Amino acid sequence: MHEIGAAFQMVFDPYNLWVMFAASLFGLFVGAVPGLTATMATALLVPVTFFMAPIPAIAAIVSATAMAIFAGDVPGCLLRMPGTPASAAYTDEAYAMTRKGQTELALGAGLVFSAIGGLFGTAVLIVAAPALADFALRFSSFEYFWLVLLGLSCAIVITSERPLKGMVSLILGLLVACVGLGNPAGFPRFTFGSTELMGGIGLIPMMIGMFAVSEIIRYAVDTSPQMLIVDQPIGNVFKGMWTLTKRYPLQIFRGNVVGTLVGALPGAGADIAAWMSYAISKKFSKEPEKFGTGHVEGIVESGSANNSALAGAWIPALVFGIPGDSITAIVIGVLYMKNMNPGPTLFTQNPQNIYAVYLLFIVANILMIPLGWLCIKAAKQILRVPRNVLMPLILLFCIVGTFAINNTVFDVGVMLIAGVAAYVLEENGFPSAPAILGVVLGGMLEENFISSMIKSDGNLLGFFSRPIAASLGALTLSAWFLPPVIRRLRRLAGA
Amino acid sequence: MKINDAVFGVLLLALGIAVLWHVQSFPRIPGQNVGPALFPGSIAVGLIVCALLLIVSGIRSHARARWFEGLPWMRSSRHVSAFAALILATLAYILFSTSVGFLIVAPLGLVAMLIAFGVRRGTAIVVAIVGTIVIWYAFYKLLRVPLPWGVLERFAF
Repeated sequence: MHEIGAAFQMVFDPYNLWVMFAASLFGLFVGAVPGLTATMATALLVPVTFFMAPIPAIAAIVSATAMAIFAGDVPGCLLRMPGTPASAAYTDEAYAMTRKGQTELALGAGLVFSAIGGLFGTAVLIVAAPALADFALRFSSFEYFWLVLLGLSCAIVITSERPLKGMVSLILGLLVACVGLGNPAGFPRFTFGSTELMGGIGLIPMMIGMFAVSEIIRYAVDTSPQMLIVDQPIGNVFKGMWTLTKRYPLQIFRGNVVGTLVGALPGAGADIAAWMSYAISKKFSKEPEKFGTGHVEGIVESGSANNSALAGAWIPALVFGIPGDSITAIVIGVLYMKNMNPGPTLFTQNPQNIYAVYLLFIVANILMIPLGWLCIKAAKQILRVPRNVLMPLILLFCIVGTFAINNTVFDVGVMLIAGVAAYVLEENGFPSAPAILGVVLGGMLEENFISSMIKSDGNLLGFFSRPIAASLGALTLSAWFLPPVIRRLRRLAGA
Repeated sequence: MKINDAVFGVLLLALGIAVLWHVQSFPRIPGQNVGPALFPGSIAVGLIVCALLLIVSGIRSHARARWFEGLPWMRSSRHVSAFAALILATLAYILFSTSVGFLIVAPLGLVAMLIAFGVRRGTAIVVAIVGTIVIWYAFYKLLRVPLPWGVLERFAF
């Protein structure tokens, strides 16, 4: 019991509350400005959290991302431009509502059901994570090997239109993870005599490059015309929310469940959760013909899905060290820096830290209601911030932030290369999520692969010798081979 | 730039072969069939397979997609200079910040980028100076990151 008390003390410490408040404002701003994403907010926070204690560091990321995902809805309503990719699924719908004069309803639904989604995802995290951790305590290298491989396979299957391109991304990520001394044999690989490469390619510079610098590049070369802000007064956004709750209880619940599940799947985060929920909502709606014309039902469902996905993504991240989305991929890097290595032992050795994480999520999602309301009030001012002034400043912040981690300009070079590479690859249909998972999980995959090989004396059948490992292995193989088989069968059935 | 899958395939194939060749020089651990070469070696094999598949699909689609195709922004000088300013400012920081100093390189890079992004000259200079000071203060003074003084070393405080 005293662990819960300790968690309360850490979370309601004045410094921590101040950090949450500041990070929330930062998250709302980043989310509301089109072209700045929630993942970018996380990447930009890392250099600052580097200098904080573990709980405030996590608090900053949790509050900023929750707020950013909600705030992404705001420019969708007013500019027809999603503030973050997680709002892209229903941007047209929200804008159509604005043109019908229902801005308040669209923004209110985004805000209230975002908070509900976040709280639902947190509840699942609180229930599922310790149970999974308990189960995972019995895992050996065989189970972990399959688990990581299963996670990586999911990331490829879910996130890319063409699995081949996702696979290439993943392999490039895994190769990057091979650089340096950090392998079971402790042999310097691919360092070419460089002392800087001995320690491997820094995770944080790479993430800042992939998620912040690449967005700045995308802005610099964006040729789409300037959007005009819809100029109409915004009234009471909370009006009619209770009616919506009573009218769409099933949709809210379904959005929450789908969001949490998609979030928990490695590689897929809030944006994919929103797309899937919107599609499901339309498919099962009693009035699907209204979708796209400014109908609130889809916003209710997918608006809650993207926020519940945020919390869901933390489940595999905390229990197994396998990120559920690109935000938690960065979080895992932060956890390692703070000596809070993710894994089942995190739940047994320092439970007060885990309780504190739960509390942070609850506080952040409750805080979202008043701060989100303020953000909506200030929306027009935020959207007028000139992005051509903002982007160069963000780049300087990225450079200094990257430098701050190890005090070397070598890392700034890593950041630039990662940014350009991510931009070129994304332009050509290679998704970046599998690459980042490959970088984060490469070491873990190799370590468990090598120790399993040694234990089984090089016999691959040994990987199936334990019941849980065998099931995970079967699941992984079916993730590889089922989709093409199903596609072929469908084609045969259609022909 | 839109690049045909086959071109990517060829590049990745070369990378895969280079990695596979390079890992042959890694030491073997006596009495064991696993070593530091096993994991990167297996990945390289995977990369080679993917690269070959990409080459096949790229050649098949060549009728529709040329080997290289410029994007709309490459024909607009404003966007090209914005892109170039971004890359060059970062490169300049990497090359010169240590010797010349943060307080000189950062505002110059910012001014160049701001102007390339279409900000008016006067505004750009003010934003660059204020932005540099704010970021310098936050990181150097508050977070104690040793941002280089360079030629201003004598005035360091």
